[in-house]
Amino acid sequence: MANETSVPTIAPEVFPQHAPEKGMFISLGPQHPSTHGVLRVAITTDGEVVTSAQPDLGYLHRATEKLAEKRTYPQIIVLTDRLDYLAAMTNNWSFCLAVEKLMAVAIPERAEYLRIIVGELQRIASHCVFLGTYGIDIGAFTPFLVAFGRERERILDLFEDICGARLTYNYIRIGGVMADAPEGWEAKVRKFVKEMYGRVDEYDTLLTYNPIFMDRTKEIGKMSPEMAIAWGITGPNLRATGVKADVRKDDPYGLFSKMKFDIPVGKQGDCWERYWVRVQEIRESLKIIEQALDAIQPGDTMGKIAKTFRVPAGEGYGHLEAPRGDLGFYIVSDGSPSPYRMHIRAPSFINLQILQVLLKGWKVSDVIAILGSIDIVLGEVDR
Amino acid sequence: MFELGPILSHVFQVLQTWVIGHGVPPLGAWILAKAIQVGVIVLLVSLIPMVLVYAERKVSAFMQARLGPMNVGPYGILQTLADGIKLIFKEDIIPIGSDRIVHILAPMVVVAPVFICFAPLPFGKGLVPIDLDIGVLFIFAVSGVSTIGVLMAGWGSGNKFSMLGGVRGAAQLVSYEVPRVLSVVPVLMFYGTQSLHGIAMAQQGRWFGVIPKWFIFYPVIGQIAFLIFLIASVAETNRTPFDIPEAESELVAGFHTEFSGLKFALFFLAEYAYVFVSSAMAVALFLGGDDGFSAGGIIPSWLWFIGKTFAIVFLFLWFRWTFPRLRVDRLMQFCWQFLLPWSIVNIGLAGLAVLLLK
Repeated sequence: MANETSVPTIAPEVFPQHAPEKGMFISLGPQHPSTHGVLRVAITTDGEVVTSAQPDLGYLHRATEKLAEKRTYPQIIVLTDRLDYLAAMTNNWSFCLAVEKLMAVAIPERAEYLRIIVGELQRIASHCVFLGTYGIDIGAFTPFLVAFGRERERILDLFEDICGARLTYNYIRIGGVMADAPEGWEAKVRKFVKEMYGRVDEYDTLLTYNPIFMDRTKEIGKMSPEMAIAWGITGPNLRATGVKADVRKDDPYGLFSKMKFDIPVGKQGDCWERYWVRVQEIRESLKIIEQALDAIQPGDTMGKIAKTFRVPAGEGYGHLEAPRGDLGFYIVSDGSPSPYRMHIRAPSFINLQILQVLLKGWKVSDVIAILGSIDIVLGEVDR
Repeated sequence: MFELGPILSHVFQVLQTWVIGHGVPPLGAWILAKAIQVGVIVLLVSLIPMVLVYAERKVSAFMQARLGPMNVGPYGILQTLADGIKLIFKEDIIPIGSDRIVHILAPMVVVAPVFICFAPLPFGKGLVPIDLDIGVLFIFAVSGVSTIGVLMAGWGSGNKFSMLGGVRGAAQLVSYEVPRVLSVVPVLMFYGTQSLHGIAMAQQGRWFGVIPKWFIFYPVIGQIAFLIFLIASVAETNRTPFDIPEAESELVAGFHTEFSGLKFALFFLAEYAYVFVSSAMAVALFLGGDDGFSAGGIIPSWLWFIGKTFAIVFLFLWFRWTFPRLRVDRLMQFCWQFLLPWSIVNIGLAGLAVLLLK
């Protein structure tokens, strides 16, 4: 009987039963100012040097994938809004890509361009949040209120104009987009893009080339390209190691094959380069938006699709370059109104895994710098 | 015309004669006078942080494209008062795992020395609370006691983040004390006194009738000493870029994570009072104290002193809202490998200059 009453030891590295023999056990999170949500990292330290680190997930689990099995396809778009809540547009888009592959529906050109414009605006907004919160992680408070409170706010205003929502848009729909842009919206975007180039230069003077900031982030948390690929890292984190990988170029979706832009890459994959790559990406996104604005013509915004529809049985996978990496939706349809199974390839979740090897050997201050530079969103990690 | 010193001493004399005239023994009157003076200083020390907190909020707001407090009072000037009242009425939590006595004593140990530090500051003509002949050393020595309070707060909270913060704080404060004291040595060598009032007085006058004889205008030596003193003072007051003991994103709130209510307010008060003391010291040592043109008696000396002090305080605020935080080992490296050697070089230069000028 004694065996039944004893508490089973679950994951001793995350919930240790005893204090470590040497050093100290620190439970970083789930309530901590710089875990960017409810992430917990179980750390053992020797003095201030980390000897082991184990991310502990699941505090924000909402069973999105299971919920999707009981909803119709258009209803699932609402669920995808809640994954990476800093980039809801790309989530909508990625899901729609998967369904559109299954249904083989043609999307009007105007809808494609609108998708590109909102998608890239979303990338800029998301990177602005990263830039600001990373500044706070390193101890600089001002960039946050500049990037988050000034520039991102304007992008949200643009989104509010086009779809009425500021965070969960539900704008990109299967077969097109929800509604056409209101009158004068394109001129507003053009004005924003023109001003944004100057703002990015301002970030460079505020934070990017600040000697203290560079001292805190250069040579810290280095990732080799082999290591990054082995752990399945995608997005800016992979590009910072020098690998030129971008879904927009490698597997072009929408009309990205027509767009001219560079892929900024780093050299050694340290924290500063992960940051720098994102700043450069803002510039490239601005270029893409300008090209899309030049090419966009009036026309339909919704393909020929019935009000209620069934998706033919089969499997579909749609993926795109979300701000945090390669975001994919894998859908198995059995011909009924809702999918038989949906799986989300969440870049934050996969990028996060490398922390357990990346954090070892760095100081507690560097843990924050590395954690921030990976740029995770817990809504997507825990789904 | 607007000099506070003569007015205050006149008021005190009138009051003293009035009290003695009503049958109070002279010793009692003297004690009463000192009690009132101490009361004024204590009130001042408690009011200055409130002004500084408001200044910090407004300055940071203007640097960050926002408004800052606007609702309580016109332009939110009563916001700090409201916050203070709120903090007084908040629950005072003592964690179960804490060392009770150490936990309770810590904020007092941090805050008490600040009040004493105001004693030798020369606020203006006739406004020196106590003209100590070892004023500079006195402030350094007394403010050093606060370090023990930081360590006590970190240890007594029974929290790992607090302990890391307390240990970091103790290491940082002890280290930066060294270049801070050494950076002042050239000033003492030139003026041959440790009295802050005496140093401020010695900086009166003009070279060629234009350049003020402030120590910061002494070529090379003055600037190096001022810069080292300023940087070390920022570190001593635990402010960004040297705020690693309370690094918010790393250690939650560092050594004062577990403090709430009035005890938290005391830490806050100590921080801002130290900012003011450091700035006032910088003014007395390097910027000529209350020296300045009086414009025919309209601008009194105390206004010059306060004005210059707030100019230095503004530098503190400016640093905080523009710089990221240094890492703990870099912080130590910066102190021992950069500030300390240069302050010693500066002492050598000052010695040479004093020798040659004689």
